[in-house]
Amino acid sequence: MGEFRMPSLGADMEAGTLIEWLKKPGEAVKRGDIIAVVETQKGAIEIEIFETGVVDRLLVEPGLKVPVGTPLALIRGAGEAPAKAAPPVRPAAVVLPVPAPAPAIKPAIGPIMPPPPAGAARVSPAARKLAAERGVAVAGIKGTGPSGAVISADIERAAGAPAAAPAAPAAAKRTGLDLAEMRRAIAAAMARSKREIPHYYLSHAIDMKATLDWLAATNAERQPPQRLLLAALLLKAVALALEQFPEFNGFYTDGAFRPSEGIHVGTAIAIRGGGLVAPAIRDADEKTLDELMASLRDLVARTRAGRLRSSELFEPTITVSSLGERGVESLYGVIYPPQVAIVGFGTPAPAPRAVDGRVEIRPIMTATLAADHRASDGHRGALFLLEIERVLQQPEAL
Amino acid sequence: MTRAEIRQIVVDALGNIAPETDPGAIPETADVREALDIDSMDVLNFIIALHERLKVEIPEIDYPKLLTVAGATGYLAAKLGA
Repeated sequence: MGEFRMPSLGADMEAGTLIEWLKKPGEAVKRGDIIAVVETQKGAIEIEIFETGVVDRLLVEPGLKVPVGTPLALIRGAGEAPAKAAPPVRPAAVVLPVPAPAPAIKPAIGPIMPPPPAGAARVSPAARKLAAERGVAVAGIKGTGPSGAVISADIERAAGAPAAAPAAPAAAKRTGLDLAEMRRAIAAAMARSKREIPHYYLSHAIDMKATLDWLAATNAERQPPQRLLLAALLLKAVALALEQFPEFNGFYTDGAFRPSEGIHVGTAIAIRGGGLVAPAIRDADEKTLDELMASLRDLVARTRAGRLRSSELFEPTITVSSLGERGVESLYGVIYPPQVAIVGFGTPAPAPRAVDGRVEIRPIMTATLAADHRASDGHRGALFLLEIERVLQQPEAL
Repeated sequence: MTRAEIRQIVVDALGNIAPETDPGAIPETADVREALDIDSMDVLNFIIALHERLKVEIPEIDYPKLLTVAGATGYLAAKLGA
């Protein structure tokens, strides 16, 4: 019998609140299925399961906040008999105090907050999704579904009746994210990074003419939905360069660097109003630019809606942070532990550049590397940045 | 389609991209990237929304003309003969 536990979704996570079970006892699950939704400082995260079997029993009720590592459910493997009808495992000893159920007039952070008080009506997943789309707080809505569960029709009613939905501050209304909580998560992770990781920094100004010319020519042939952003090219360039520089791709844990076989690039996504999350794009080196663009579009939308999957949070093996079109020359990142490197891209801008012995105005973008000196040295870091530059000079090969 | 209708489509498209803002209330000639704090992914989604709603061609080279409410309204009105 396997135990499905509250996962750690990053260096900064100590506990999570179980919001909803998406599988019932007796249901079959397979690797990669989303089994539950957990509220964290980075929003409501869809938790994937990494074993195959049948849900035997759920151990934790929705609404409970439990520490990382707490068993949440028992998963029975193929051919295993159901667990004996022992008294239900109540993780009372490890359960953190549950915050008092928020009154309905509390400003709604989003549809997944506040958690339903224990024993209160359940909310159907469809209703939850609809509530997110309509910006309706689920708390306080009277459910008319089975056992008083809140169903889509109840959300429709609440959305149509302004008095029923508490007025929420505009900034928090539809994001599904608690930006103050996210700030605390960033503070914890970055303080740990600066405390533990001996960063070194390198910077290199890259002539982006070839890359940007190719991008403009490519997009000129495409309709808007098929167009690429520079961000996708930068992600691919970093991923390809990493194939030659494994010492920047992986995790530093228990006093040693462990390179990762897969290249899962965390991409820093800013949230309007403050905060950021850097979820992973899996196997970025193997994806085409179109696939990367699709992944990026999907991640940006889900990050801002506060709806990421657990693997996207714990998988990144390196982080890329780009300032985009509106920014400054360079960005020096802070490594997200236990990763060992972060690549920063400044805003490309025209600048004088020596080209074939003459001064020309070229679009220049500064690439930086902040890396963990326990895992690599500046010499290799410099070669890694040069490799990124080399890859970017051949955009047609990205 | 009237200019007012086109303007409303522009404002609605921006509102869908930055739901916590009020694009109808920003100055007509303000750069929407600054006024609404939107990035290049948001701009692309804005262009896609206008392209799909109004079935007009919007080459990338024209994006700068669409970065204010007034600019986008005028650009689209010209394309639609409104």
